[in-house]
Amino acid sequence: MKFAVLVFPGSNCDIDMYHAIKDELGEEVEYVWHDATDLSEFDGILVPGGFSYGDYLRCGAMANQSNVMAEVKKAAAEGKPVLGVCNGFQILTEAGLLPGALLRNKNLKFMCRTVQLKVENNDTLFTNQYEQGQIINIPIAHGEGNYYCDEETLANLKANNQIVFTYSGENPNGSLEDIAGIINERGNVLGMMPHPERAAHELLGSADGLALFKSIVKQWREQHV
Amino acid sequence: MSKLEPTAEQIKEQKLYADMGMSDEEFALAESILGRTPNWTETGLFSVMWSEHCSYKNSKPVLRKFPTKGPQVLQGPGEGAGIVDIGDEQAVVFKMESHNHPSAIEPYQGAATGVGGIIRDVFSMGARPIAMLNSLRFGELESERNKYLFEEVVAGIAGYGNCIGIPTVGGEIQFDPCYEGNPLVNAMCVGLIDHKDIQRGVAAGVGNTVMYVGAKTGRDGIHGATFSSEELSEESEEKRAAVQVGDPFMEKLLLEACLEVVKSDALVGIQDMGAAGLTSSSAEMASKAGTGVEMNLDLVPQRETGMTAYEMMLSESQERMLIVVKTGREDEIKAIFDKYGLDAVAIGRVTDDKMLRLLHNGEVVAEVPADALAEDAPVYHKPSKEPAYFAEFQAIENAEPEVTDYKETLTALLKAPTVASKEWVYDQYDYQVRTNTVVSPGSDAAVLRVRGTNKGLAMTTDCNSRYIYLDPETGGKIAVAEAARNIVASGAEPLAITDCLNFGNPEKPEIFWQLEKSADGISAACTALNAPVIGGNVSLYNERSGEAVYPTPTIGMVGLVKDLSHVTTQEVKQAGDVVFLIGETKTEFGGSELQKLVHGKIFGKAPSIDLEVEAKRQKAILSAIRSGLVQSAHDVSEGGVAVALVESTFSANDLGIYATLEGSAITALFSESQSRFIVTVKEENAGEFEDIIPDAKRIGVVTDDAKITINGDAGVLVEGTVEEFRSAWKGAIPCLVKSEA
Repeated sequence: MKFAVLVFPGSNCDIDMYHAIKDELGEEVEYVWHDATDLSEFDGILVPGGFSYGDYLRCGAMANQSNVMAEVKKAAAEGKPVLGVCNGFQILTEAGLLPGALLRNKNLKFMCRTVQLKVENNDTLFTNQYEQGQIINIPIAHGEGNYYCDEETLANLKANNQIVFTYSGENPNGSLEDIAGIINERGNVLGMMPHPERAAHELLGSADGLALFKSIVKQWREQHV
Repeated sequence: MSKLEPTAEQIKEQKLYADMGMSDEEFALAESILGRTPNWTETGLFSVMWSEHCSYKNSKPVLRKFPTKGPQVLQGPGEGAGIVDIGDEQAVVFKMESHNHPSAIEPYQGAATGVGGIIRDVFSMGARPIAMLNSLRFGELESERNKYLFEEVVAGIAGYGNCIGIPTVGGEIQFDPCYEGNPLVNAMCVGLIDHKDIQRGVAAGVGNTVMYVGAKTGRDGIHGATFSSEELSEESEEKRAAVQVGDPFMEKLLLEACLEVVKSDALVGIQDMGAAGLTSSSAEMASKAGTGVEMNLDLVPQRETGMTAYEMMLSESQERMLIVVKTGREDEIKAIFDKYGLDAVAIGRVTDDKMLRLLHNGEVVAEVPADALAEDAPVYHKPSKEPAYFAEFQAIENAEPEVTDYKETLTALLKAPTVASKEWVYDQYDYQVRTNTVVSPGSDAAVLRVRGTNKGLAMTTDCNSRYIYLDPETGGKIAVAEAARNIVASGAEPLAITDCLNFGNPEKPEIFWQLEKSADGISAACTALNAPVIGGNVSLYNERSGEAVYPTPTIGMVGLVKDLSHVTTQEVKQAGDVVFLIGETKTEFGGSELQKLVHGKIFGKAPSIDLEVEAKRQKAILSAIRSGLVQSAHDVSEGGVAVALVESTFSANDLGIYATLEGSAITALFSESQSRFIVTVKEENAGEFEDIIPDAKRIGVVTDDAKITINGDAGVLVEGTVEEFRSAWKGAIPCLVKSEA
C-alpha cells in the first residue's frame, strides 16, 4: 500500500507520519508538496499536523486553498482512505470533507500531554484492529482542538455512528460530547485531534496508535488481494 | 544619503555617538581606524559591532579562561553554534543565548524572538534543530507584573517553538526577588548534523555573490544589540520599538529552505542576521574569510519605504540569513528559496580589499575595514573587587535552620515555585513533535533518540544562582557539576556545555568580580568533568534601577547516550527495589531552599564541592547504569534528600518509599550537600551495585503502598501518601498564576 503524506508550508508532523508508516509499518510512503495536482498513484492520503501557513488565518483555511486539496477531495470521492490529524483534521473540516469546526481550547492555551481515548466505533477502516470500547493512550498537542458542531450535525454524527474516538476521563479541550475524532458518512475520511503517529513505538511512551495504521493497511489488503 | 541625518562633524561635536552607547575613546579609535570622522551610518556600524552584545569587549578576558578544546569538539566558540562529534559521522550542534532585555519590555515577542534567533544559529551551521530548552528567571510570583511576565514569556516560547515544530523538551525556572523587573530568558537549541554538511559563516572566494535570503527588512529592532548592553530603567519602556517581532511560520520556511541549500555545493558560507543584522553577518563573514564585502543596499528586500542605509544596516528584523554563493550558480539557489516563497536576492559580492563597503542610491555610504568591526573592538580589563558581603558570608558558620514540623516543611518546600512541578509550563510546549522524545520534561534531563541509530542525546540546563551569589567560584562549579549529574543520572556521558553568562553591570568592580570568579569555577568543573565550553553568550547590565540580578551563568549541557537501553529516569520502578543514597550529607544550608523558606533570605557559605569526588562518582554511577544495574536515578538538589525521595515517586504508579536516614534530622532531610544521588536497584543486583559504588548507603526500599515514610534516628520524621505530596507539588504554580492548567 502506498501512502501520501501531504506537506503544506508550515506542516511539522509530516516527518512523524512518514516514519510511522515507513519504519513501523514498512509500507510505501512519500511526501507530497502542497502544489501537487495528481494523487492518483496513492492508495491512502495522510494530512499531518502542524501550523499550515502559520495558522495566522483560521486554522486550515489557507491550506484548503492549495492545489492538492482538490486532489484530496477527488481521492475521498473515490473512496480512498483519508486521515487528517490535528491541523490535518482542521484542514479536512475547512475542506468540507468532515462536518463541524475546531475552536480554541477551553483554557485558551496550547496543551501537550498524553490522554486516554475510547474507541467508540471499531467498525471502520481506521479502527478495525481495536476492540470496541478499548481505552488507548495517545498524545495530544494543540491549541485549537475544541470540536464543535450544530445540534443537527451532532444528531447525524450519532445516528450514523460517526463519532470514532472520545476523550475518556478528562476532556482536555472542552470539545462537544468529548469528541476526539469523527469519520465521514461514507466511512473513508477520519479526522482526529490526537496524534496516533506519535504513539507508534513503546520507546516514545505508547504504541497504541499503530493499530490505526494497521487497520488501514489490513482493509486495503483485503480489497486488493 | 538622507539629508535628515547628522553630518560627521555634528556627530563628533555634539557627541551624538554617546546616544548609541559609544564612549569618547571608542569614537576616537574609530576615527583613527578610518583616518577620518565616521559618518552617521558608519558610526552606527561601529557602535553596534562594538557593543558588549556583539564584541564581548568587557567579558573577553574572562571568556578566554574557559577550556574549549577536546577530542570530541569539532567547532568551538566563534561560529553560530558549537559542534561536538557523536560518532558515525554525526555531530550534535548546540548553543544557548539570552533575550533578557527584550523580554523585560515585551515578554511574548522578546521570548519568541529569543527562540527564533537561537534556532537560526543552529541551522545556519547546516544542522537540523531537534530540540529546544530554556532557562528562565522571574521575580516571585506574587505581583501581577511578575505573573504577567512569566505567563507571556512561556506563551512566547510556546508560540514560536510549537509553530516551527521543534520540540521544547526541558529547562528550568527559578523565582527570586532579585529578578524583579529584569527577568532572564535564556533559550537553547540543539541540532543534529552529518559531518559532511557542516557550514561556516564565511564570505570566501573573491568575486562570489552575496545573497540576502528570507524575510524583508523593516525598521524593527534597530539598535537592539545596543539596547541589550545597557541597564534597564524606567525609560526602557520607550525602547519597545527596539524589540523585534517574530514570525515562526516564516522561520519554518527559511529553515527548510536553508537545510536544502546546505546540500548544494554552490553554497560557500551562511550566517544568521541576528543581533546587529546585516552589519554583523556581513562584517563577520568577511573578517573570518579574510576578504571584503560590497553590498548595494538598494537591492535589499524592504517591507517599508524610504529606509536609510543606517536603518537597513541596524535593523534586527527576524528570519533573515546572509549567504555567499559561487558566482554563476545564483539561480539554482534562488530556485530553492522560490519553492518556499522566500526572497533570495543577490545584493553584493566578495572583494579582496577587506572592506565592508555599502552603496545606496548610487553613492558609497559607508566604507569600513571588516576586521575593525568584527575583531578590533577595544577589550577592557575591568577592575575587579571582592564585595564586602563575601567575607561576611564566609565568616558565618554552617547551621541548621530551625524546623519543628518536618512534614509541613517538606510540603512547603514542594510548593516553593522553584521546586514545584513545572507541568503548567511544559504542558504548553509541544515536547513530542518529530517523535524522538524518549524522556519528556520533568525528569533530570530530557533524552532524545537519534533516529536511525541506537544512540540518544541527553540535555539539560542548570544554574543555582543563589549559590553563585554567595560564592561565585563554588557556585560556578556546582552549576556545571549539577548539569553533569543530571546528564549522568539519565544514562548519558557529558559531551560539552554552552553557557549564558547573565550578570549585572560589569563597570561595577564587585559585579566584575562575580563574573571572573564564577568563570573560574565553571572552567575548573568543565575540566574536571571533561565537558568543554563550545559556545554561548554574555548578557551584562542585567540591572533594574541600579540593582543587579544574582550572578546567573546558566549552563546548557548535552550528553551522549551510547545505547538507548541505558536511558534512566528519576521515577522508582518496582516495589522491593533497594533505595541507595550516594554521597556525603553535611550541614549545608547556605542558599538552600530551606534557608529561604525559614529566613526569607539567603546567607552564609554555599555548599562545598570537591570536583575530584564529583568526577569519580559520576563515572561510577554511569558505569553502574551501563551495566544495567540501575532502575532509577535522581540527583539530590534543591530541598535535599527529602524532596528528591518524594519526587521520585510522583510519576511512578502507586509506588512509595520507606526510608531511614541517619544523623541530625534537619540536615539529613533538607541539606543541599553536593555530589549526591538517589538510586534504586533491584534487590538481586544490590550487591553488585555496592561493588561498583562502595560508598552507596542503603537507606530504604520501594513499597507498593503509594506512601512515603522517612524515619530518623529517633523514629518517624515524615509520613504521608504520595498523593498528598504530589498535589502540593503539582498544584503550586497553577494556584499562583490562578489560571487553569
